[in-house]
Amino acid sequence: MSTGAVHSWDIATAVDGPGTRFVVFTAGCPLRCRYCQNPETWHERDGQRVSVDELMAEIVKYRRFIEVAGGGVTVSGGEPLLQHTFVAELLHRCRELGLHTALDTSGFLGHHATDALLADTDLVLLDIKSWDPATYLRVTGEEVAPTLEFARRLSAMGKPMWIRFVLVPGLTDDRDNVEGIAEFVATLESVEHVDVLPFHKLGAPKYARLGIPFPLADTPTPDAALVGRVRGQFIRHGLRA
Amino acid sequence: MTTTEERLDAWRGFRGEDWRGGIDVRGFIQANYTPYEGGAGFLCGPTDRTSNLWNGLEGLFALERERGVLDIDTHTPSSITAHRPGYLDRSTEIIVGLQTDAPLKRAIMPNGGLRMVQASLDAYGYEMDPLVREVFTKYRKTHNDGVFDAYTEEILRARRAGIVTGLPDAYGRGRIIGDYRRVALYGVDRLVAAKKAERSLLDVVPSTEAVIRDREELAEQVRALDELRTMAASYGDDISGPATTAREAVQWLYYAYLAAVKEQNGAAMSLGRTSTFLDVYLQRDLDGGTLTEEQAQELVDDLVIKLRIVRFLRTPAYDQLFSGDPTWVTESIGGMGEDGRPLVTRTSFRFLQTLYNLGPAPEPNLTVLWSPRLPEGFKRFCAGVSVDTSSIQYENDELIRPRFSDDTAIACCVSAMKVGEQMQFFGARVNLAKALLYAINGGRDEVSGDQVAPPFPAITGEYLDYEVVRAALDQTTDWLAKTYVDALNIIHSMHDKYAYERIEMALHDHPVQRLLGCGIAGLSVVADSLSAIKHARVRVVRDESGMAVDYAVEGEFPRYGNNDDRADAIAVDLVEDFMAKVRRYPAYRDAVHTQSVLTITSNVVYGKHTGNTPDGRRAGEPFAPGANPMNGQDRHGLVSAALSVAKLPYDQALDGISLTASITPPGLGRTPEERVTNLVGVLDAYVDAGGFHLNANVLNREVLLDAMEHPENHPQLTIRVSGYAVNFVRLTREQQRDVISRTFHGSL
Repeated sequence: MSTGAVHSWDIATAVDGPGTRFVVFTAGCPLRCRYCQNPETWHERDGQRVSVDELMAEIVKYRRFIEVAGGGVTVSGGEPLLQHTFVAELLHRCRELGLHTALDTSGFLGHHATDALLADTDLVLLDIKSWDPATYLRVTGEEVAPTLEFARRLSAMGKPMWIRFVLVPGLTDDRDNVEGIAEFVATLESVEHVDVLPFHKLGAPKYARLGIPFPLADTPTPDAALVGRVRGQFIRHGLRA
Repeated sequence: MTTTEERLDAWRGFRGEDWRGGIDVRGFIQANYTPYEGGAGFLCGPTDRTSNLWNGLEGLFALERERGVLDIDTHTPSSITAHRPGYLDRSTEIIVGLQTDAPLKRAIMPNGGLRMVQASLDAYGYEMDPLVREVFTKYRKTHNDGVFDAYTEEILRARRAGIVTGLPDAYGRGRIIGDYRRVALYGVDRLVAAKKAERSLLDVVPSTEAVIRDREELAEQVRALDELRTMAASYGDDISGPATTAREAVQWLYYAYLAAVKEQNGAAMSLGRTSTFLDVYLQRDLDGGTLTEEQAQELVDDLVIKLRIVRFLRTPAYDQLFSGDPTWVTESIGGMGEDGRPLVTRTSFRFLQTLYNLGPAPEPNLTVLWSPRLPEGFKRFCAGVSVDTSSIQYENDELIRPRFSDDTAIACCVSAMKVGEQMQFFGARVNLAKALLYAINGGRDEVSGDQVAPPFPAITGEYLDYEVVRAALDQTTDWLAKTYVDALNIIHSMHDKYAYERIEMALHDHPVQRLLGCGIAGLSVVADSLSAIKHARVRVVRDESGMAVDYAVEGEFPRYGNNDDRADAIAVDLVEDFMAKVRRYPAYRDAVHTQSVLTITSNVVYGKHTGNTPDGRRAGEPFAPGANPMNGQDRHGLVSAALSVAKLPYDQALDGISLTASITPPGLGRTPEERVTNLVGVLDAYVDAGGFHLNANVLNREVLLDAMEHPENHPQLTIRVSGYAVNFVRLTREQQRDVISRTFHGSL
């Protein structure tokens, strides 16, 4: 049985998938998004080694609550697909209990997600930061192609997706950037809706604690008008946003 | 005068026979109510009349906020008939009756204690009427005087140190719910006859002390009913007979409640469970074409306006303890019937609708008895009202109904009692965190240094040992439970003697079942402290007198509130243990011992008077409210905290277990629809898990911060705190800060 590096877990409603959910945050992420609010989850070595059994023992305590309240289990991160064997087993075990499962990923490591892993996943929360390679590189330090490819694969499988887009003034808010993502997402078959997540700085104190400069310390949070404009762009492409 | 024909007319169209012969409101409801399974679409907004009447009070509210009280009648010790009729606007009011002759003018009620009256008058710059002083010092003894005649030195020490706190020894005890519905259904004459019949049964048994007391009380009850009839007559209504219309039903019921709040300055003056009862009358008139939906809502709105302006004269210190000016006019709504039909009617909706028609408000304290089996339409409406107003509290109908009945109401915040059959001797609470510190210090108070409990050896050694501390706590709570029950017996004996609730008890059956409502505060502090001692290492810091004054925790330990049995089991044990101890000491009038895990807002004041604790809490810092985990120590969100609280056994805390949770709207969902769905889900699951009570605050931190700076912009901002709602702008700054710093669940 595999073990994983887990940063923490939480019970949350309405944030990481439908209903009330047990959310596992794995440790370690290959991306370094400039707006990241969870720098403490960057390194696998900072996580706690936890076995699937241990985690399941915790999840079982909430099974009844989740069933009555409506919800499920979400594996988030970090980047869960960095520990795909562990995550696959975890999702499988949750599925065996009849719990709804969701995977929250950037898609950068989508090729690590086996068909079996995806078969045990009811919903993918896919974070697309840009469709444009240059912008994506600027935001994350990595390439966009694997994410787009993963999205097309999920679409071909008919796997339900929520697309998440973090709206950062001066970084991702460019009209053409949004338009490009919207056009791309509109070509996907199984997208249920698009979450426009306004950039916030609630994670800034974590950077201070870790002694890392927060790259977007001077970036303003988006105002309601900007959020409205961007949501409108997605909606015009026939998407629920 | 009432004739047989008129009575039959009053009951026209009503079904069922069993309730007609005796006094049986539940039987009447069961035979006649119409469960409503639909949604909120039928409801009406406020009429111009209603809005004008309510808005007409705004100027008075502003003056009251500014001065503390609007006005006081210093000359007239209040009784059911002491004041001339008073009105808000005689030409447009539908439901009439005020406590005194003018709105918001407060009455003095010296029977509870002249000292409280004097202190209140002093605080607001009023003079005591010399005649009142003379009467209540020379000729008439008060409850407060009686209690202090009988208190022991030990009780006085415990009270002064604040290990036993909030005792109703200087004012009305409250938490008694008269069955005010009886007046509407039967009229006063029938109730008098029923009381006389109860009395005649007592006349054939030997005159023991208990029987003599019962006879005298029944005589007082009959007298109070006569006064109620007279008071109503002064407003032009003859309530000798039953109500014949919906308006009369609401009015008769309100007169009965009004009589209670004219005579008693009770800590909590709850209304009961009236909405489904009243629905029978509203539905009959709607069916008969003599009432429209708009008019039905107006009747409910008008009643609620009256309930919102109930006022008592209390000291600023009292208001500080309980945050504002609470009256706990609790109304219990919903729940399931024993036969499986929901007790939800259209009037259940109409009561909640007042939070839109009149805006959010702390009073009346609208309490929904929640069951996952409630109709979906009602559940969604409740959740929506919670999201919009934060003005509802929820209690677990599936726990209450089997242990009490389906005609049970909440008094105050979380105290269940069968309407008309049970009453409570309110007992406030003991400070369990202080008890832990006494255990460590051999019975000395950590703040004053005084020997409060009988001396026993203080714990020595650099590090605390779990078994040793547990044994010392055991010894301390033995003493505490005994002293506490002693104090309560004295208080309630004197209250019965000098400030008996004549009208409320006239609206109960005889004999009544009495509950002794004990309580504990600081549960999470003690649970975390014991967990620290057990699972980490706690080093003691002592002052030069050898008293432990601080604690250094070395290592990690599980905290109560994370759904972790290692800590939660300690909390469960503490609750069971104190309940068992309290039960050892006989209660006055054979009351059944119960306890609550509830602090209301007094967690702030208790914290202020309690030294450093072994969980790392600093001296003076607030406790968590009720059964909540300590602020910021529930690390996995509200659901984990709620499941920890749900482990506390209701059967060992039958007076209620309180959980307060603040949630921001985005933490419940992205759309209003989703928020409602998710809150309904959480309530279903919490009740399913055995959680007893939930205050659901759905609001933004920003709104609260703004309200601190600009109270004038948020006069109606309501938040729920440990069992009841308060006006946020009326909290002290310290309490406002506490509310904001309290775990603010950004997401559930």
